[in-house]
Amino acid sequence: MSLLEIKNLHVEIDGKEILKGLDLVVEPGQVHAIMGPNGSGKSTLAYVLAGKAGYEPTAGEVLLDGKNLFDMEPDERAAAGMFLAFQYPLEIPGVATMTFLRTALNAQRKKRGESELSTPEFLKKVREVAGKLGINQEMLRRAVNVGFSGGEKKRNEILQMALFEPRLAVLDETDSGLDIDALKIVSDGVNRLRAPTRSAIVITHYQRLLNYIVPDVVHVLSRGRIVKTGGKDLALELEARGYAEYQQEEAAA
Amino acid sequence: MNAMADVKVIKTAAETALADTYALARERLPGNGAVAAQRAAAFDVFAREGLPHRRVEEWKYTDLRALMRDAKPLATPPDAAAKARAHTAGALIGDVECRRLVFVDGAFVPELSDTAALEAGLTVGSLADALSDNDAAVVGKIGRLAPASDVAVALNTALMGDGAVIRIGAGSTTERPLHLIFVASAKPAATFVRSLVVVEQGARAMLIESHEGPAGSEYQVNAALELFVGDGAHVDHVKIIGEGADALHVSTLAAAIGGKARFNAFTFTTGGAVVRNQLFLRFDGEETVAGIRGASLIKGKQHVDTTVVATHIARGCQSRELFKTVLDDEAHGIFQGRIIVRPGAQQTDAKMMTRALLLSDRAEADNKPELEIFADDVQCGHGATAGALDEELKFYLMARGIPAAEAEALLVEAFLGEAVEGIEHAGLREALMEQVAAWLAARGK
Repeated sequence: MSLLEIKNLHVEIDGKEILKGLDLVVEPGQVHAIMGPNGSGKSTLAYVLAGKAGYEPTAGEVLLDGKNLFDMEPDERAAAGMFLAFQYPLEIPGVATMTFLRTALNAQRKKRGESELSTPEFLKKVREVAGKLGINQEMLRRAVNVGFSGGEKKRNEILQMALFEPRLAVLDETDSGLDIDALKIVSDGVNRLRAPTRSAIVITHYQRLLNYIVPDVVHVLSRGRIVKTGGKDLALELEARGYAEYQQEEAAA
Repeated sequence: MNAMADVKVIKTAAETALADTYALARERLPGNGAVAAQRAAAFDVFAREGLPHRRVEEWKYTDLRALMRDAKPLATPPDAAAKARAHTAGALIGDVECRRLVFVDGAFVPELSDTAALEAGLTVGSLADALSDNDAAVVGKIGRLAPASDVAVALNTALMGDGAVIRIGAGSTTERPLHLIFVASAKPAATFVRSLVVVEQGARAMLIESHEGPAGSEYQVNAALELFVGDGAHVDHVKIIGEGADALHVSTLAAAIGGKARFNAFTFTTGGAVVRNQLFLRFDGEETVAGIRGASLIKGKQHVDTTVVATHIARGCQSRELFKTVLDDEAHGIFQGRIIVRPGAQQTDAKMMTRALLLSDRAEADNKPELEIFADDVQCGHGATAGALDEELKFYLMARGIPAAEAEALLVEAFLGEAVEGIEHAGLREALMEQVAAWLAARGK
């Protein structure tokens, strides 16, 4: 069974159709890159998969491990293995990072019928994961993302991903605003998680990230549809030639 | 016909009942001589003004004339059953170890209180006893701080029955917080408690005042506490209003604070149908630092009015006000804050912030800040926000696997946490956050 199946997905936001019949199949173990110009619907796809309010589908379906994603609330999707690394991670004043991580992890485990982690078990796991990713323990003592730099926020997303071990990680322009060191940490986090049972969708505007996270499949998204699919060389091609031809094709159609 | 003849003050049922109550009780209320004269003068204020109503600016949002359908009779002394039920009172503060002083239906109950082995410098007594004994030290101080023109205070002065009288001598420290526990029994009666606390120079004291009672009883509480804080003293006052769901609660804290003192006031409100919480704080001495904070969680048709008047008289004091309110259903929260800076109070640093979090679009939060500044070298400011839960934050939490109700609870706790963090006692902070969690858990059901 495919890990993720998106069939003829149509999504409207404020009455405007953004995704216009998107099809995508991700097999277990694969990393797919979705590239495309601004406004092509990349972030909309990320939000609709995570279940953000206002991003409801008007047609089509999405199956995660054969289960209809649209029957699930965002928290149920997370427990089912869906993870979205936000393009702009939010600051949550007053909520301690550790409280947030423990509440989230245990809520997911509980929903999956697994035992909740005790505080020592949890602390051990977080320290281990943070250590592997080279994340400063001091960051964990602050409120969620409060006072974090752009790079620290993205690293915190990767920490969460590594901690939750999702079936499907969707990274929404995680590379934007990162310097080369942060980019390596983020890529390293994704690569560590690569396994035959897990998949990832890497949404990006630039090819640069794909030097570090080498995709199995690359798609070009334009005006709400996947207009071209290829191997990792497609990303290099896009880098060299830009998106102009895809936008023109769409405009001519 | 003469137009003047039509002008007639129409008394409400509650006003008539209060006048009757005073007429009946005045002979047997504790104290005579100066105290009786003080009661009579205070009653005259009420007789002249009537209950506060919406045209009285200070009571604009809390129209007691409309909200008080009737005035309950004065509570009779608690019977054995009421005292027995009061054994478990004070649980609002969790397992924080305190010296308990218990008042049931407004009367001090020594057998439920812990007055043994008092620390050096600490004296504890009952107001009823002090007034009956004509204790000059007490009689001379009652009414010195609470504003006589405020009708709620006037009624309290006219009808005060009992309360705590506490003195913490110069340089002394109380080992445990003092916990004044005011508990109402099920009878729909009125209590007028008045307390006097004197913390002398350089002393350290933590005072917790909690008010509770059963739901289903329309009892009425009018409580006032006058607090003298000496130079260099360090005082925390925490008031917990956990009254029963049908209670009417009016309480007043009036404090005069000396120089180079540290003073923290906190009010935590979850209970009562109608609540008016008044704080009158006066900074008499220089270079005092004060934190004035509060957190309220209200739902149903609860009406909670917090009114703070901070008067800076001496120079160089800092006051910080932070009040947070969470409102659900059709609850109505009011914050009125006035900062007065007198001409001599140069280098005053006074800031006031109030934030309301509305969990329902039928809830209402009103805010009325006022600054009256008569000095030219000061830093004063106020700010207010009111808004719903941030849906983006809620989605972020849910996208991490946290269910909707739990995500909301985390955000509400974070919202209130900023104010609760101002309480210096860690155990008390935890106990109040547990109350918050319990309120949120009940909301989900």
